[in-house]
Amino acid sequence: MLTTVLPIAFVLVGIGLLAAVCRLVIGPSRADRVVALDLVTVLLIAVSFLVTLHSGRIAFLDLALVLALVGFLATVAFARYLETEPEPKGNGPRHRQVIDGENQGRVNIDE
Amino acid sequence: MSELIGSVLVLLGAAFAAVAGLGVLRFGDVFLRMHAATKAGTLGVGLLAIAAAVMMPADTVIARTVLVIAFLLLTAPVAAHLVGRAAWRNGTPLTGGVDGKDVVDEWRDGRRGPIAGDTRSGVTDHSTD
Repeated sequence: MLTTVLPIAFVLVGIGLLAAVCRLVIGPSRADRVVALDLVTVLLIAVSFLVTLHSGRIAFLDLALVLALVGFLATVAFARYLETEPEPKGNGPRHRQVIDGENQGRVNIDE
Repeated sequence: MSELIGSVLVLLGAAFAAVAGLGVLRFGDVFLRMHAATKAGTLGVGLLAIAAAVMMPADTVIARTVLVIAFLLLTAPVAAHLVGRAAWRNGTPLTGGVDGKDVVDEWRDGRRGPIAGDTRSGVTDHSTD
């Protein structure tokens, strides 16, 4: 039963990973890429669970645990970066004056 | 019996993972994509973790799966909230089809005064001027 289900599950999670990587590549904004990277981490945890079921080795469960821990830290760090740094080019923040109103110490690139 | 339950859980979890990826690829703006990634992704991984615990009922497996599920359920909302707040404050545009889009834009541009509870935004209330 499981031997027939596991390949299907691998393909389904692979479809999700491919779609997330596509969004990671095409963007268009940085927040989109952060969301896509978060989903890639979550789907890698799913893959490690599938590999655990496939091989029967418990060590891959530790991999899932570590990925869950590190992925959260990465997302939080990217979110801080998103909030403090303006968009590099093109369509920048639409209300930069509101953001800068609370951050007097930060460099304003428009001035 | 446990193999049947585990197989069904594996299929369900993988299906949710695929749906999460498709949602992130196909939805219109950052907030909709976060909706797909956070909820469907967490549910898919949680189902796969439960499947692993059902198929291999040992102490070490159950302890790790419970830890992973608990950690995902604790951190996914926090991470999504942080990313959503950053995207909102950066003025990430909303796509069409959102009811009340004008109201949202007025709030973001400070024409409607502060959002309730948002004391950090630096927006002053001009409604009494």
